[in-house]
Order: sequence, then C-alpha cells, then structure tokens
Amino acid sequence: MEVGRIKRVAGPVVQAVGLKASMYDLVLVGEEGLMSEVIGISGDKHIIQVYEDTSGLKPGEPVKETGGPLVAQLGPGILTQIYDGVQRPLPLLAEKSGDFISRGLFVDGVDHKKKWEFQPLVKKGDRVKPGQPIGVVQEQLLIKHKIMVPPKHKGGVVKEIYSGNFTVEETVCVLEDGSQLTMLQKWPVRQARPVVRKLPPTIPLRTGQRVIDGFFPLAKGGTAAIPGGFGTGKTVMQQTLSKWADVDIVIYVGCGERGNEMADLLHEFPELVDPRTNRPLLERSIVYANTSNMPVAAREASIYTGMTTAEYYRDMGYDVLMTADSTSRWAEAMRELASRLEEMPGEEGYPAYLAARLADFYERAGRAEILAGGEGSVAVVGAVSPPGGDFTEPVTQNTLRIVKVFWALDSRLTQRRHFPSINWLDSYSLYEKDLESWYAENVAPDWNQLKRRAMAILQENAELEEIVMLVGSDALPEDQQLTLEVARMIINFWLAQSAFHPVDTFCPYKKQYDLLKAILTYRDYAFDALRRGVAVDQIKSVPSKDALAKLKMVEDYEPELKRVMDQMKAEFEALK
Amino acid sequence: MTKEYKTITEISGPLVFVEKTEPVGFGELVEIRTASGEVKRGQVLDTSDEIVVVQVFEGTGGLSKDSSVRFTGDVIKMPLSPSIIGRVLSGSGRPRDGGPPIVPEVEREIIGAAINPASREKPRAFIQTGISTIDGTNTLVRGQKLPIFSGAGLPHNDVALQIARQAKVLGEAEQFAVVFCAMGITNEEAQHFMADFERTGALERAVIFLNLADDPAVERLLTPKLGLTTAEYLAFDLDMHVLVIYTDMTNYCESLRQMGAAREEVPGRRGYPGYMYTDLATNYERAGIIKGKKGSITQFPILTMPGDDITHPIPDLSGYITEGQLIVSRELHRKGIYPPIDIRPSLSRLMNSGIGAGHTREDHRAVSDQLYAYYAEGCDLRGLAAIVGKEALSERDKLILEFADQFERRFVNQGRDEDRSIIETLTIGWELLSMLPESMLTRIDDKYIKKYHPKYAGTAKKE
Repeated sequence: MEVGRIKRVAGPVVQAVGLKASMYDLVLVGEEGLMSEVIGISGDKHIIQVYEDTSGLKPGEPVKETGGPLVAQLGPGILTQIYDGVQRPLPLLAEKSGDFISRGLFVDGVDHKKKWEFQPLVKKGDRVKPGQPIGVVQEQLLIKHKIMVPPKHKGGVVKEIYSGNFTVEETVCVLEDGSQLTMLQKWPVRQARPVVRKLPPTIPLRTGQRVIDGFFPLAKGGTAAIPGGFGTGKTVMQQTLSKWADVDIVIYVGCGERGNEMADLLHEFPELVDPRTNRPLLERSIVYANTSNMPVAAREASIYTGMTTAEYYRDMGYDVLMTADSTSRWAEAMRELASRLEEMPGEEGYPAYLAARLADFYERAGRAEILAGGEGSVAVVGAVSPPGGDFTEPVTQNTLRIVKVFWALDSRLTQRRHFPSINWLDSYSLYEKDLESWYAENVAPDWNQLKRRAMAILQENAELEEIVMLVGSDALPEDQQLTLEVARMIINFWLAQSAFHPVDTFCPYKKQYDLLKAILTYRDYAFDALRRGVAVDQIKSVPSKDALAKLKMVEDYEPELKRVMDQMKAEFEALK
Repeated sequence: MTKEYKTITEISGPLVFVEKTEPVGFGELVEIRTASGEVKRGQVLDTSDEIVVVQVFEGTGGLSKDSSVRFTGDVIKMPLSPSIIGRVLSGSGRPRDGGPPIVPEVEREIIGAAINPASREKPRAFIQTGISTIDGTNTLVRGQKLPIFSGAGLPHNDVALQIARQAKVLGEAEQFAVVFCAMGITNEEAQHFMADFERTGALERAVIFLNLADDPAVERLLTPKLGLTTAEYLAFDLDMHVLVIYTDMTNYCESLRQMGAAREEVPGRRGYPGYMYTDLATNYERAGIIKGKKGSITQFPILTMPGDDITHPIPDLSGYITEGQLIVSRELHRKGIYPPIDIRPSLSRLMNSGIGAGHTREDHRAVSDQLYAYYAEGCDLRGLAAIVGKEALSERDKLILEFADQFERRFVNQGRDEDRSIIETLTIGWELLSMLPESMLTRIDDKYIKKYHPKYAGTAKKE
C-alpha cells in the first residue's frame, strides 16, 4: 500500500500527494490514522474528507491507503447494536475512550472474537451460487441469520463444509477452487447490493395506523417521506412505525439529531416490547446514532451504512424497514462538504447533485427477487425537516419527486392534539393503485370504494369549513350540516388514533374496515332520514352515534359493533 | 523552541496569510507580535506547504508585514482550576477583573469532543424556575438546552436573570453554578447582568466571559467554546450542576458570517455559512448529563430574532438542535405583561420526562394541556371578536375569551422577583380552569378534577 503525505488541511477536508487510491477509497490520515475517504482526485492531489476532527493535523503527516472503499462489516452480531455513522459500536467506543468520543479509534462493526453456532445448509459436492445461503446462525431468539456466499463471489462446488462454533473470521466452507468462506462479509456502503430484479410494490406494509393503512398506504419495499417542522411529532410517528410495521428487521438511522433525544431513544428502545412476539424490539433492530455535533462526514456516511445493513438482511429474504431521521441533516452534511470543496452551489447552497444523491439513495429501497431465490424488501421512511416548515425548499421538493408516499405532518393538528397529525388533504400515496387489488382480495371487496367515499366527504368538508368560518354552521343547508357531522365523525372516530392507548395503538385491517363502514352506514341512514323530513338535530343526536366513538378502544369490538348497528337501525326507523 | 516568522504576505480583515513555514497544525494557536510589542492571538484555519491562513481573534489592527508570527504547536486550550469560579474573563479567556491569570490545574481543548450518545443519561430532573409559563407549561429539566427566542427591545435578559436566580431542583439544597457568556452585547447590558449577579451573590458561584459590542467580532467565536469548556470542567470534574447562559447567539452567528465572507466561502442561506448548523450544534450539544457523573450542564442560549422572524436561519437552525424554545412576545410585552412568554409557540421537548407523579404532581400534564387548549382557542377568538364584535359570540366563546385574558393576567404575569413553587403554579392553573364549567374540562381525568378542582377542595380533605 502506498503512503502519501498531507499537503493541505482546511477543516474536514485534506489534500494529500503521493497516493494511488481510487475515488471513495478509505484512507487513514495523519499519525493518529483518522478514518477518511477520497472524494476527489485532481492532478497529483487526492482530496480527502476526514470523518473525525482534524485539529492539530499538519502538512507532511502520512496518509495510508487501505486498498478499498468504506465498507460495512456484515455478519452475525449486527442486530441489537448501536453504531455511529461509520459502524463503530458506541458502547465499545465508550469503553475505549470514555464518555467523550476521541479520535483515531478503530472498532470492528462485528465482534470478531465471539463464537456463533454455524449450522450448514449445503453439503459437500453441492454447487453454490452467489448470494446462496450456505448455513444459518441463530442470531437472536427469533431471527435466523443466513450465511450467504458473497454476491460478488462466483460460487462453485463445495469441497468442505463445517458445523459447530466459529468466530466470524474462521472458515466455515471451502470451495473446490480453494476459496474459503467465512461468516463475515464486507461491502462498500455506497454501492447497492445486487438483486436478480426489482418487483412491483403490490403488497402493503401494514402499520396498524388507520390514516396510513386506510388512506395513504406504504408498500413493502416502498418509500415514504415525513416532512414536518420541529415539534410536529415526527419522532413519535417513527417509533410507532418501528413498533407496529409488519417487517422482520427495523433499522433506525439518527442522522444529525439531538444527543439528549438519542439518549432517550437508547433508554426507551431496549424497554419497548415487540407486541407480536413479546420479545424486546431491540432484538430485531439496529440503531445508528450520529448526533449533530459528531463529525459531519460520518453523518453523511451514516445513511449509506444503514442502507447497506438493510440490504444485507433483505438478501436473507427478510422484510426490512429503515427509518432515517432526518434526511435534511444528511443533505446539509452534503452541502457543508461541498462548500468546503469550493464546489459551485445549486439552489440554496446545496450541491447541484443533491437530487441525484437523494434519488440514488431512495432507489436502493424496493421489493426484490433476491440472489438466493425468493423475495426480500427494504422500505424507507425518511423524515424531512424543512427550514421554517417551508415545503418549497430543495430537500423536501427533491424528496417528493422520488418518494411515492407523502405523510404531511401538520402543526395545526398537533396544536389541536389530533394524532397522528397527518394532514388528510395534503398527504398522498402513489401505491394506492398498486395495492387496490390486494385490499379488495384480502380485506374487503368494497374497501376501495369505501375509502374513496370517505375521502370525498373530507374534501367536501374542507370546502364547507371555509364557508362556516364566514357565516357560521347554522346558516348552511341541512344536508351540508350533515356532511360536516359525518366528516367530524371520520376525523375523530376514525382518523384520530392514540399511540399510547393499549388497544387503539394498533388497528387490524378488518377493524379499520368495519369502523369506517359503520360511519358511512350512519351517513346513509342519516341522509335517508333527511329525505323523509327528519330534522338535522334529531339525526345528529341519535345515541348509537356516540357509542361508535368508543369502539376503537375496544379489543373484541365485533359483538359491540353489531349491537350498536342494530340499535342505530332501530333508532333511525323510529325517527319520523 | 518554536520559530518566529516574519513572512506575512497578506492581511485581509481578520485573516493573516503567512508563507514558508515549517509544517503547522490545523487549528493551532498562533501568537503575533506587533512592532509595538503587543501580542495578539489567532488560530490556524487553513494550512498547507506553501501558506498558512491565520484568523486573528483580537483584531488585526496594528499588524503589519513586519509583525512576527509564532506558532505554538498546540491547539487552543482553556486553563482551568477551581479558582476560576467567581472570575470575570474576556471573550478570549483573559482576566478582565484585574485579577491574576488563572493558574491551571488542567488545560482542556476548547473544541469539545462529542459526548458518546451511549454514555448520556436521560435528563429528567425537574428544575423549578419559579416562572409559571416555564414550570407549568414548558417545563425545564436538568441537562436540557432551552433557548429564549426574543426580539430587540424585549426583556429577555430579565427573564434569563430571573431563571439564573431562582432555578433549583426540588429537594436539593445545592444551587446552580452559572457560566455566563456575553457575545457582542453592549456595555450597559453587561453592567445590568453584572449588577444583578453582584446583588444576588450569584457572582460567587459564577464564571463570566465578556465580549462586548466593541470587542473584536472574531473573538465572539471563541467565547461560547471557552464558556462551555469551563462548564464541562465544573460539571464533570467538580460535580457541579451548571447553568450556562449565553447571549446573544445572533451576534455569534453574525461573526460566523463575517468570517465566512472574509474567507471567501460559498455562502448559504442569507449569506450565513453552510456549516452554521454544525457549528451551532457543537455549542448547543454540549449540554446534558453523563451516566455515572454527578454534575450536569443546562443551557439557556438567548437569541434575538432579526425582525421577530422565527424562520430566519438563526432561530430556525437553533430550533432544530435545541430541545424546544421559549418565545418572548412583543404583543404581551406591549400589554405590560411580564414575563411576556407566549406559551403557544413555545415548547419544551423534554417536559414529559420531568413532570407527573414523583417529579411535580400527577395532574401536571392534564392541567397544562387544558390550559393550552383554551388559551389557544381564546387567542383565536380574539380575532373573531374583532370582526363580529364580542356580543355576537356565543356564551361559551365569551367564557373562553375571558379565560384567555385572565390567563395572561394571572398565570403569565408575575413579579420580577416572584418565585412561585410548582404547586402555586398549578393552583393558579386550577383557579383559572374553575372559571369554566366542569363539563368543559375534557382533557382532565375525572379523578384529578375530584382531587384538585377548587370546588372539591373541601371534600378532598375528608378522604
């Protein structure tokens, strides 16, 4: 490996001469060996971004090559870890350097000493291809970690395969061409891991949140953005998703967020219990925590590191959800580095390649046919923090051009304490069409019509509310007053959902359907009664209507629903 | 023995360019001696084989090509010892009170390393500030960073001082040590702070850094870093609970922009450098508690929003880093209400972990939510009342309107030396809520109404 020397230091950007490294290769800068990455080559100079603080670095100090790009270490033991942006386990850093993170520390992303029990899945003489599992390790009680032939390996015929306890560095399989396979893979984080082909997003990712599953569904392998100014509930939203989404693995990337908030998350997360398995949620999670005062280049890398681990579990055939909080901080890291490189700025100082980078990243999501055969998926939910809550800024706009689902958090709803504070008029999901047939087959044939009707009522409600603001609701014609009432029911009885109520926090599809259907049934009865000449106030005050409100809090709601609906039928029949 | 160079090639604003040096480290401390023998300090911003760029903290006035430059071979460090408590220092850390230089027990780099998120303790100790709008509705906890967003001409300094005077953790006798960093404030303002610190005896447990309006702007970039390094020493070496107040962050950001321009950097939003978020974060994030350590750092940055505009880059970026904000309102100030904190846009993100049974009182959350809801509604109704007239409002609306007025007068408004306990604050809250019929208290659990509503005050005692 070549050793070069530093020529110039300006903040996190260093120029060095005498290197042969290629673009994005990892190099170690200075006597302390600070982790860095080549981000430009100009003449005989290499331009390097350093992942750590560069104070005290001098021209003339050595720069060592490592011979490859920044890689993530992939193998058993990643789950439950808490990493920084370049996959260094934070608890191990604390052991090494105390409460403050010092420089030049090297810690493996995966424990190289721990032994795992490897159970082979192939036998001598079998032909294995790239991506194929050759064995399995019980990584957590409920998660089997498949040991695969690395995607870039050409595969071959198994000459020897072992079983028993091994560290990730020990050979577990030898192929006839002499290549030795271990349980550890290294993969460059900026490169997408290959799949056979991407599949269309036709399966919904169930979240148990009515406003999401019902109105703005996310697909397995889909992409969604949650923009919202500060204090609109992005964090609670992401936690609820991590908790309830029907995926196998959850990856949380805290990118440039608050230290105390990360402390809170790290404190709460181990206590969260996966409601479906009663096991700690952490057992199927990986957390990347790179707070806003940790080095900016590592913040930029954290999104890619997170995505690479997500893809790795997808390649085992799992459904993965990656949440990134927040992609704005990531974009700002890009901007900061670009300005240090004196690149020509685009809109609002962001580099001109902002849109391309965002697109590259979100394109790594998706449901796919994996190399091993079968399917896996990576869904991405990216929080966006628009400055001043202004959605026209470049990060929000460029994100919206790529992602298919947009959950617009609305501070007015937060102030009214309506949760989840997803605005039902501004949000959208482009998966609706792709998922329609799934919903029709698996939930109810008339599900799609039902939700279109509900949406139309909410739309009309928004228009009517503007009039009400001017003239008051009593001045409206009776049928419109009734529409307002039905809309209010949809909003309060159905859209509003408490993340903290033991039953209401998760709502199965069937219940979502039944409750919405009940509200719209009320509407039909109501308009029918109105045509018969019944007064609006009478229609509004049928007792069964209020009974509907409480149903979302009831676990075994079906008998009660039936009783309420029978009562409603009788009450309306009694109205003259 | 470090060499001295007389190879300055260019001086431009706060920057000095030096040629043909030995290898110089990035961020190294530099001393420049003028012809008259005065020594100015600076820091290396850019270093290469050919040229070194030095940012001079104390202004480049008096520097010439003949000045000699000495690179110290070390980054800037803050000398620290217990005797620093009670001292008044300049914005670059030199004694300003006529006392001797600080004899260091330790020296710390002022660019603090980040606290490992895995080593942080979750902040949850309730701080009673004695101010109802903070304790009651935007509760502060130890280890939090809660900025005051204000505007020119508003009494944010009084609010900050009152907090510094009154802040305490219930059940603990120990008072907060105060680190006060002034950046570009006027001499008068500084006098005001100093007089109050002296009056209340706070000076004995304070460290003061003063960079006044006529001190070099570049020095301001150093001031909070020196202050926070001192705070970390007090908190994590001497086990003290430290309250850091710095004012005014807007001046700090202006200096940042000025430096960016001098370095001919590509500007970001409104001319502020693209790295302002990271730079602010390296200050604000130096708050918190570390597992296994006794001390803590709580921050109160004060910033004046240019044109009262909360979307301006300075408050905006701050809001994304800090754990909430207290907004000082011009409207309330004009009404003669002190402290004029508008609770509606104010927020404390860590409130939930510091309130409730075991911290303050079980009904705290519910009372706060209910006060919020009707005050917000009342403020909206004022707009409506202005259009259609008060008489056209419904009885319910009139009641809420009256509630909002009373809320401002009795809950928000308090004396500059009035130190309300959290129980007093909640009691005022209940008294206000009792103006409304019980059926309107929809956010409060019945059992709390029975227990704390003034109407049931007699019956509760019998139980």
